[in-house]
This record gives sequence, C-alpha cells and structure tokens, in this order.
Amino acid sequence: MDIHEYQAKEILSGYGVKIAEGGMAYSPEEAVQRARDIGGHIWAVKAQIHSGARGKAGGIKICKTHDEVEAAAGALLGKRLITHQTGPAGKVCGRLYVEAGTDIAKEMYFCFLVDRSTERIVMVGSAQGGMEIEELAENNPDAITKIYIEPAVGLQDYQAREMAFALGLDPELLSHAVKTIRGCYRALRELDASMLEINPLVVTRSNGLVALDAKMGFDDNALFRQQKISELRDKTQEDPREMAAADRGLSYVGLDGDIGCMINGAGLAMATMDMIKLAGGEPANFLDVGGGASAERTEKAFRLVLADKNVKAMLVNIFAGINRCDWIAEGVVEAVKKIDMKIPLIVRLSGTNVEEGRRIIAESGLPIITAETLAEAAEKAVQARNEAVQGA
Amino acid sequence: MAILIDETTRIIVQGFTGKIGSFHAQDMINYGSNVVGGITPGKGGQTHLGLPVFNTVKEAVREVGAEASIIFVPPAFAADSIMEAADAGIKYCVAITDGIPTQDMMTVKNFLRRFPVEQRMILTGPNCAGTISPGRAMLGIMPGHIYMQGNVGIVGRSGTLGYEAADQMKRLGIGISTSVGIGGDPINGSSHRDILEKFEADPETKVVVMIGEIGGPQEVEAGIFAKKHMSKPVVAYIAGLTAPEGRRMGHAGAIISSAGESAAEKVAVLKELGVTICPTPAAMGETVAKVLAGM
Repeated sequence: MDIHEYQAKEILSGYGVKIAEGGMAYSPEEAVQRARDIGGHIWAVKAQIHSGARGKAGGIKICKTHDEVEAAAGALLGKRLITHQTGPAGKVCGRLYVEAGTDIAKEMYFCFLVDRSTERIVMVGSAQGGMEIEELAENNPDAITKIYIEPAVGLQDYQAREMAFALGLDPELLSHAVKTIRGCYRALRELDASMLEINPLVVTRSNGLVALDAKMGFDDNALFRQQKISELRDKTQEDPREMAAADRGLSYVGLDGDIGCMINGAGLAMATMDMIKLAGGEPANFLDVGGGASAERTEKAFRLVLADKNVKAMLVNIFAGINRCDWIAEGVVEAVKKIDMKIPLIVRLSGTNVEEGRRIIAESGLPIITAETLAEAAEKAVQARNEAVQGA
Repeated sequence: MAILIDETTRIIVQGFTGKIGSFHAQDMINYGSNVVGGITPGKGGQTHLGLPVFNTVKEAVREVGAEASIIFVPPAFAADSIMEAADAGIKYCVAITDGIPTQDMMTVKNFLRRFPVEQRMILTGPNCAGTISPGRAMLGIMPGHIYMQGNVGIVGRSGTLGYEAADQMKRLGIGISTSVGIGGDPINGSSHRDILEKFEADPETKVVVMIGEIGGPQEVEAGIFAKKHMSKPVVAYIAGLTAPEGRRMGHAGAIISSAGESAAEKVAVLKELGVTICPTPAAMGETVAKVLAGM
C-alpha cells in the first residue's frame, strides 16, 4: 500500500526527520489560507497523488504570490497527472500540500528498501539528487552507495555516518544526519514499510537537512498489525476494479487487452495470459480466484471480468486441487445463467473430478466452448474473440 | 530416493486441530505420508485423527521423533511457528501459510542462519503448495493423484502451474521424483538454486524443471548455479510475459520492480546459461520429453 507525500512527511517528522512547514488544502481558497499561515514569500503547491516524478508531470508549482498559489491550486485540483509510474490512465489529484519554499544549497538521494536478494534492509544514497534512482543507476552506478543492515542488530551509527559522508555532507551536519537516518530506519521497521524514499533530501542555505519529498510503501501482508497505516489508505488513488476485487478476496489486475480471464493460482494465471498472447490475443486482466472457488465467488469473479466493457471473450482455466471440477462447473453454469452472458465463454477444467465437471458443462445446454489443454483453451479463446470482433 | 521427503519421513502438522490443518493432515495420511502427530498449543495430550497432539514442537521431536513439519498456522503467528520448528531440531519444514509479513520472513531467515549448516532446518515456502515425492509421501496441499512417480524433478513458485506441469508430463508418460513448491513470496525459505542443488545430488532425478516467474533474482541465480555446478539438464519456463512493470500479479513477489526482472529478460539470461527454455507454458511436457529422449 502506498501513501501520500504529506502523510509520509507527517510520519517521518514524528521520527525526528526535519521537514518544511506545510499544510493540506482541498480548494484554492484553502491553499491560499495555508500559504498565509505559513508566511514568507515563496511556496510550493504540490499535487498529492500516489506516484513519483510528479515534478516532470507538472504536479509541483512554485509560487511567489497568493494569487499564484490560488491559480496553481485551481489548475492542479481535479487534474489527471500522468507519470511513468501511473501508467497511461494517470492519477487524479484530489488534495494539495502547500509548503514553505526551501532555499536549496544541495540535493541528494536517500532511501531504505527491503532487499529480496540479500534478505536484509538496504540503505541507498547518492550525492547526486533530484534524479530518479533508476536513471542514476543506469548512467552513473558508481555514484550510488549501498549499505546493508543486519536485521537482528539493526542499523549502527557507523553505518549512518558512512552514508552521511557518502552523501557529501558537511561534518557540521553529521549528528543531524545520523539522527535523520536512524529515524527513517526506525519508521521502516516499526511500521512494516517495504520502502522509504527521500528524493531529494536537501541541505538548505542555512545549513539544515530537510526532506523535501517523501514516499513510503507498506507491506500489505503486515497491515493487520498496522491499524494507523491502514487508515491512511486513499481509495481515490487505486483502481476501483482492483479494490472491488480485493474486497471480495480476489486478486485482479486490469490490463489493456480484450480477452477476460478467470484462473485459480497466480502462476497459472500468468501462464494462461502468456498463452493467450502467444496465440495472438491480448489478455484483458489478471484474475486469481484462489483455492476455494465457490459458486458465489465464481459469480463475483464473472461480474468483475465482464464489468470491463472491452472484453470480447472470456477464458476460464481451473486446475482443481483442493477444489473440485464439478463444483467449479456448477458455479460457472449458474453464473452464466444469472448474468445472461453475451460474449463467448471458453472453459478448460483439469484435475480433481474433471470428468464430472466436463459432463455438467456439456449437459447445461449453454453455448460454452470447452477445451482439454491449456494450448487448446488459448487458441479457442483467441479464435472466438476474433470471430466476435469480425461479426460486430 | 527422491529429495526432502519419502515414505519413512516422520511428519508433524503445526496448526493440526484447525479446520485447514485437519483437512490436509487427513489428505496426507490418505496419500500414505507418515504423519506421526501434530501441534496445537494448549491441546497437548489430546488425540486428533487418531494421532497424538502436542503443546510444543520439542515434545513432538522427543516423543514421536518428528523430522518434518508442515505449517497451517495463520499469518500473524506463522513466523513464530517456523522458528519453533527450527529450534526443536526439525530437519525440513514446509510453510503453506499465505500472507506472512515480509519483515517477519527476514527475521526467520536471519534466525535460521544462526544454526551451523549441518543442523540448519530446510524451509520451503511460505505461500506454497508444498512438496510431494509421488508414490512415497506428500507434505502439502496438492492433488496427489495427478503426479506419476518417475525421474523428473520439479521446482516452482506456483502451486497450480506446478500441477499443470506434472499433468502435461503424466499425459506423456513422464513421472516425477519430487516436486517442490518454493512459494510466491519475495523472501522465501529456499530458492530455486537451493532446490536445484538437492536435485543434482539425487541419483534418481535425471532432469529438472524450473518454473519461475517475474520479479526477484532467484531464477537467474539458479541458472548460474546450473551452468557452474550441474551435470543434469535444466528445463525452465518463466511466467509473466504479459505482466506490466510495477504491477503485482497475485503473488506478493511477482512484480517487475527493477531491471532484469521481466520474463523476457530472465529467459534471455537463462538461454545464455544453457538452460532449455519451454517456448510456451503448454509445452513443458513436450520439452522435457525431448530432453529425456536426447539423453
């Protein structure tokens, strides 16, 4: 789960990380009020969306008068911002963060991540900030410092000092830097974050160390014990279909193709989508219905897939283990009757009680296309999709 | 032979008396696995499914000589159960539980590393279907009847895609020595590489099928191991050709978050390392058949 910049800053501020003074606004009037409260004569009006690279997408505006703040807020609220992280659909900005302008002397990159390959926490930093770390890794990998932390003993001061020197910080700032880095580490560990990024971390002209941006991502599996973090969820930033699926205990990811899929198991789902692609089609979605695919769940899954109006044909591929093919078949037949499905449906069943499952489909009298193997299922789905498109 | 488990392996079930634990314990017993008891703290001394229930794993090791364990404990408590098994001297543990926090798994791995290698418990999973040595023992939740006994080893992240592979092979008359699910989480007990090493040492296994997916470095690490240290051919399929960058495809670990983690990139590297690639997920059986025919 991702949170907004202002939420991450509020959290980090509680862990001793210094941030610029700022406040939330949901309207241009509120934005101006925030600017007044903050005072000074330069402000940043920042769109709050779940994505990095907002600056490039025009989501951050520097303003020198209250009129400019009002105009910037008016332009950003309700705007759809598209970055390389949001995908082509982009994300709509519904809230703003108005922040005091910071006099920047130096920009740096800093983050903590849970590293899969070493199974440890890694701290990553670079004296060259303001750039995406991917770009930096590609163009100048030597400019990046990585320090691995032993989880049992935790971050040590010497490691924080090593990072501070790698960031090129003035020795005067050392103790402040150690405090900042330690605070970030504690936040990551205590709150079950999977990543925490400050890009840029800046040195101000008055020689302070400030987190100018902040991004945090959390482990979904740990939200059960992070009540306060769960409450920060902003549903407007998430795909409504994916959320609806998650509420029903299904795992769904919407894609651009037009062959809808319902499969049990994430690996088999990905493999079936690969097979559709190799047969010349494009999958409309990833959907894992999991182990216990009851009739009710099957119907919900069908409704979810068919809610995507691009879908021209639907493929069901179930390899029953704990499940039984006859139960699945009954669920499919019921769902098709209830929903009054108008597009071609291809069903491939395999595993426990497969004969019985196939019999139920065959005797249902419904125009369901059946397949025995994975290859046959994908080919028939692509063929049915092509016929549906040509017939239209 | 097979790897990790056979008909003699003395198995206990952690989370034994719960609904899921009971169901799968019975299924494993029916398959012929040597289940010798189970753990439910507070229910020690009772009998369940005709077998003794213990309060702690240590008791089960002492009383019935437990060697392997399977975990059906809910996510919030699963890491603790894994560490209890390791500390009690269990040699092999399968964690079925889906949804264990990543930092808990980091703690588990760190805990396991404290034991000297020869005493260190082998862990597979979490978030997996388990391990089966067909015709001998099942330590998992898979449909046992789809596996035929034979000479091909399977290691994979996904449960149902592993079933698909076994089924394709059975249709061609090819059997399995052992099939190991390593699970779909970002931090897991054993990697593809760890399991390849076991198959290489198993005289019964002739060919190994590795079923990988997008995300993480483990398939490539396994490919490097195969090139350097394996005499047996490795056949691989990597799922997730159509997965867009940055989107999680069901499994907590199935996400392309940095360079080299896409299916196409992994396939290119594995090819270079001499691994035989299945051109499609429907061709896993045929590809293995061809490799076996060429031996």
